[in-house]
Amino acid sequence: MSGEGQAGVAIADAIAAPQKPASRRQRPRGGTWVLGVFSAIVLIYLLIPIVYTIVFSFNDYRRTNIVWRGFTLDNWLGVCNAQGVCQAFANSILIAVVSTVVATAIGTAAAIALARYRFRAKSAVTLLIFLPMATPEVVLGAGLAAQFLTAGVQKGIATIILAHVMFCVSFVIVTVRARVASLDPAMEEAGRDLYGSPAQVFFRITLPLLAPGIAAAALLSFALSFDDFIITSFNSGPVSTFPKFIYTAAARGIPAEANVIASAIFLLALAAVLITQIGAAVRRKRVSTR
Amino acid sequence: MARAAFADSGADLQLIGVRKEFPGFTAIDDLDLTIPAGSFFALLGPSGCGKTTTLRLVAGLESATAGSILIGGKDVTREKAHQRPVNTVFQSYALFPHMTVLENVAFGLRRRGIGDPVAKAHEALKLVELDHVSSRKPAQLSGGQQQRVALARAVVNRPALLLLDEPLGALDLKLRRQMQLELKTIQGEVGLTFLHVTHDQEEAMTMADTVAVMNKGRIEQLGAPEELYELPRTAFVATFLGQSNLFAGEIVSAGDDVVAIDVAGRRIAVPTSRTRRRSGRVVLGVRPEKLLLHTTAPDYDSTVNSIGPGRVLDVSFSGVSTSYLVAVPGFGTVTVFAQNMVFGPVVTVGAEVWLSWRVEHGFGLDDDPADLPQLALDSDSEASLDEQRHRAVLAATDAEL
Repeated sequence: MSGEGQAGVAIADAIAAPQKPASRRQRPRGGTWVLGVFSAIVLIYLLIPIVYTIVFSFNDYRRTNIVWRGFTLDNWLGVCNAQGVCQAFANSILIAVVSTVVATAIGTAAAIALARYRFRAKSAVTLLIFLPMATPEVVLGAGLAAQFLTAGVQKGIATIILAHVMFCVSFVIVTVRARVASLDPAMEEAGRDLYGSPAQVFFRITLPLLAPGIAAAALLSFALSFDDFIITSFNSGPVSTFPKFIYTAAARGIPAEANVIASAIFLLALAAVLITQIGAAVRRKRVSTR
Repeated sequence: MARAAFADSGADLQLIGVRKEFPGFTAIDDLDLTIPAGSFFALLGPSGCGKTTTLRLVAGLESATAGSILIGGKDVTREKAHQRPVNTVFQSYALFPHMTVLENVAFGLRRRGIGDPVAKAHEALKLVELDHVSSRKPAQLSGGQQQRVALARAVVNRPALLLLDEPLGALDLKLRRQMQLELKTIQGEVGLTFLHVTHDQEEAMTMADTVAVMNKGRIEQLGAPEELYELPRTAFVATFLGQSNLFAGEIVSAGDDVVAIDVAGRRIAVPTSRTRRRSGRVVLGVRPEKLLLHTTAPDYDSTVNSIGPGRVLDVSFSGVSTSYLVAVPGFGTVTVFAQNMVFGPVVTVGAEVWLSWRVEHGFGLDDDPADLPQLALDSDSEASLDEQRHRAVLAATDAEL
C-alpha cells in the first residue's frame, strides 16, 4: 500500500521535475528502478530466442532438441553429421552470394541512372521499382512459380537465384540511389578536368565514393536472400536451403547442428560489428592525436 | 615525352561566336572573346549572367550549342574535358574525400602518366605552403587550406589555361584578401593564363589585368580595371563596377573638345573623347568621389560643371570618407563621397549645397536613355523629401551590397 503510494509520488515528481531543477538529484530514484526493471524485461524478451538457440547448440540431444540432456561439444565438432544440414547451408550461401553480386551490380547501375539522368517515364520506373518491396512475398513467390511452370523451367538453384535477384534489386536501388543523390557532381567533374577518362573517373572517384552505400546494399541483399523462406519455397523444387531445412525439420525436432550454424552466424556478425567499431575508434584517435 | 605534356607557358584562349542554350533559355549569346597568353583575366558579372557557363564551356564540362573554342590556336570545341590542356579550381573545391592531400594533387599527373608524380605534387604543395599536411585527408583541413590544395591540384599540371570558378567565395573577408594576393603571386611565378570568374567587383579589379563585365549572356565591356572604372560605356558597367551618378539630357552642341548636354535646363560639358553619342538624348555619368560639395554657389569656370542648389538628404560617416546624398532638382538624388580631410562631415542633413566636378571626369554612355527606367523617374517633382530620402538611402545600401 505505502509502496504504491511512494511510486505514485515518484512518478508525480518525475513529471513535475522540469520546473524545479533543485530536486533533480532525488527525482529519478524511483523512476530509475522502474525503468531498469522494464528495460531488463524488454531485453530478455528480445534476447531469449537467441540465447535459447546458442545454449541448445550445446545440448546432448537424442531424437528431439527440446529437453536439456547435458552439455556436449559434439554438435559443434561434427556440424555436418545431421543429415542435409550442411548441404542446405552451402546452398543458401551459394544462392545468397550469387544473388547479392548480381543484384548489387544491376541495382547500382540502375541507381546511378535514376539519380543522374533524365529520361522518359522516369517516375513510372521509380514507382515500378518500389512494387516488389510493397507486394506480399506470398504473392510474388506464387506468381513466379506460375511463370516458371508456364515457361517449363526446371526448378532448382537457378530459379531461386532469379527470384532472389528480383526482390534484392529493388532494395539495392533504393539504398544506392540515396548515396548517389548526396554525391557532389563537381567531384566527377574534377576527375574529368584532371585528365581522367570516363572509366578512370568511374572506378577511381565515383565507385569509391559510392562504396559505403554499395556495401550497405550488398549486406542487405545477402541478409534478405539468406533469410528468405516464402519466395524460396515456391521456387526451389527439390533443392533445400537453410531456412527450408529448418522449416521441414521443425516437424520432427530441429537437430542441434542447425543451432550450431545459427549461433555461428550470429557470433560472426557480432564479431564483424565489433571489429569495425573498434577500427573506427582507433582511426579517430589517431587522427585527433596527430 | 612526358615533359612535353607540360605547357611551357600560358596559351591564349579564343571564343568565336559561342552560344549555349539550355532548355528554356539562352545562357550565352554569340560570345566573342580573346584572352591573351599569360594574362590574368577576370570575367565579372552578377549571378546568372553566364560567366560560370562560359568557364564550363572552356573546361569542356558543357558543350557549346554553336561556335568554337580555341586554346593556343588549337580548336578544342569537340574535345572532352579530360583531353583539354585546362584545369579548374572549383567553387566547392571538389577535393576527393577518399584520397590524401598528396594523392589529390598527384591525381592529374598520374592520369597523364607523367614521371615522378609524388615529387611534383610535393613541390606544388610547397608552393601553397601546405606540404606539411600532405598525408591528411581533405576533411581535416580548414576552408582556406582546402582552397589552396585545390589550387595546387590544378597548378601542378601546368595547364595552358587555369580556370578559377569563384574560388574565394566561401572564405571570410580577411582570408579572401590574403588569398587574392597569393593567387596573384602564384600566377606571376608560374606564368600561366588565368581565367577567373567572380561576382565580386573589388576582387576582379584588384587581381586581374583585364576585366570583362558580363551581363545577360553578353560581354558589356572589356578592358583594364582603371579603364572600366574611369570610362564605363554602359549604365550596367557604371553601376555594377562601383557607383555612378547618371543623368539623362539632350545634346545641344558637339565640338572637337566637348559635347554640351542640356540636363534640366543646365549646360553640362563632357569631353568629346569620353562619349560616343553626338546628337539626341544621352546619359552622362560621374563617379561620386569626383564630386565636390560647396556651401555657396561656385563661380563660373569653363573647366568645371556645377549644379545646384540641392538639399542634403543623408550623411553617413564611414571613417575614411563620408557619403552624402543630395537631392538636386532635375538631377534626382546625387551621391557624393568626400575624403575626411577635416574632422567629421562638412555639412549636415537639410543643408543647401552646390555640387561640381571637373569636365574631364564626366563620361557619356552608349545606352539609349529610354532603356533606363530608373532615370525616367523624376524624383524631385512630387515625392516628399522624407520619401525621397528613404528611397535614396535604400538605393545606396543596395549599391554597397
